[in-house]
Amino acid sequence: MLPAPFEYDRPDTLEEALQLLAEHGEDAKVLAGGQSLIPLMKLRFAAPGRLIDVNRIEGLDGIEESDGFLRIGALVRHNALAASDVIKERFPTIAAAAPMISDPIVRNLGTIGGSLAHADPSGDLGSVMLALGASVVVRSTAGEREIAAADLAEGPFQSSIAPNELLTEIRVPSPGPRSGGTYLKLERKIGDFATVAAAIFLTLENGSIGRAGIGLTSVGLTNLKADAAEAALSGASPGTDAWAEAGRLAAEAAQPSTDVRGSADYKRHVVDVYVRRGLAAAAEMAGAA
Amino acid sequence: MQITFTVNGAEKTIDIEPRLLLVHAIREQLGLTGTHIGCDTSSCGACTVLLEGQPVKSCTMFGVQADGREVTTVEGMMRADGLHPVQAAFKEHHGLQCGFCTPAMMLVGAALLERNPNPSDEDIRWAISGNICRCTGYMNIVKAIQAAAASTEPATA
Repeated sequence: MLPAPFEYDRPDTLEEALQLLAEHGEDAKVLAGGQSLIPLMKLRFAAPGRLIDVNRIEGLDGIEESDGFLRIGALVRHNALAASDVIKERFPTIAAAAPMISDPIVRNLGTIGGSLAHADPSGDLGSVMLALGASVVVRSTAGEREIAAADLAEGPFQSSIAPNELLTEIRVPSPGPRSGGTYLKLERKIGDFATVAAAIFLTLENGSIGRAGIGLTSVGLTNLKADAAEAALSGASPGTDAWAEAGRLAAEAAQPSTDVRGSADYKRHVVDVYVRRGLAAAAEMAGAA
Repeated sequence: MQITFTVNGAEKTIDIEPRLLLVHAIREQLGLTGTHIGCDTSSCGACTVLLEGQPVKSCTMFGVQADGREVTTVEGMMRADGLHPVQAAFKEHHGLQCGFCTPAMMLVGAALLERNPNPSDEDIRWAISGNICRCTGYMNIVKAIQAAAASTEPATA
């Protein structure tokens, strides 16, 4: 399948890329890993007049924790994310999700920035960033701004990134000493989108739950932040009762639809189970008694 | 657009439209038909080639993106002294039935052994989890990659 014709630019520097976006943004798409964009272009669901290939821009593929934040360059490939020592040691939610994205070959090209900018409600990393309270940095010739993960997706495949902006970095707050997290994903087979998945993050403070973060995949028009469940957990005593209440509230917040992967009722049930299970695992990791 | 890239060790220059997929550039411009087109939707992995040694799906990448890069297809696996150990093992252990997924399976197996010379059964299964064998001949594919690992393992491991 051939996509519709397009002009192709391959800037070597960030400045060049931003200049191209300033000139052509409305008619252009940014090409990063291409693992979502190219299939859409082949099916002609997308037919941008111009592609701005950012793969050769240096300095966008770092992973570094400093000053209370983990900074992930937008061009970090999913397999690099999965292999990162700092992520394996300190960010278990990301570490659990990264190796479950699509399949290992797609993960060699797919990028974290591309995944988040794509705003697919079935995307795994969108939920992870919601749970972790992360934000993304976008740049244009006019400067830079930060968008909270919760404000990133405006609808299915619609992000709040303006046509002249480029997502350059993801910022994840460093976790406290007593914290844990995980990502639980139900999929029919490797490479399929999630039937349902739940990203979980939790901190403990003086024996109680401090902050809880819950992001849900494939059960709404965007990745969903389970606000009511998070609020119920905050300050509660860790344990089965708290997990059950959070699972119930998260399932209530989910808006799944019936499709080939399962019925809406089934998916809502899985949200309940995964949120309870994920919270229990995260609390154990955080050192709950 | 003119691009120059290294394919199986040889420098190639071709003139292609930006929308031409890498798999078409390889098969139709270079005549290397060992790289197969299966699903054409990024699901089956039959079109896998190595880009700088890493498996990628050549149906989900534009040819122009390979400009200046190094690509290896199944035709580039042979060594001066004969078959690549993975090729020899697929032959010996019947790691193929119809053969359609085989070029990709062998490239993925070879790339795995490059970074992990002594993979477990599970490592191998994870590594080939992006490649579908429609004959469902997975058992022998796994065996073949295991055998290739054993045949190339240093004696003093």
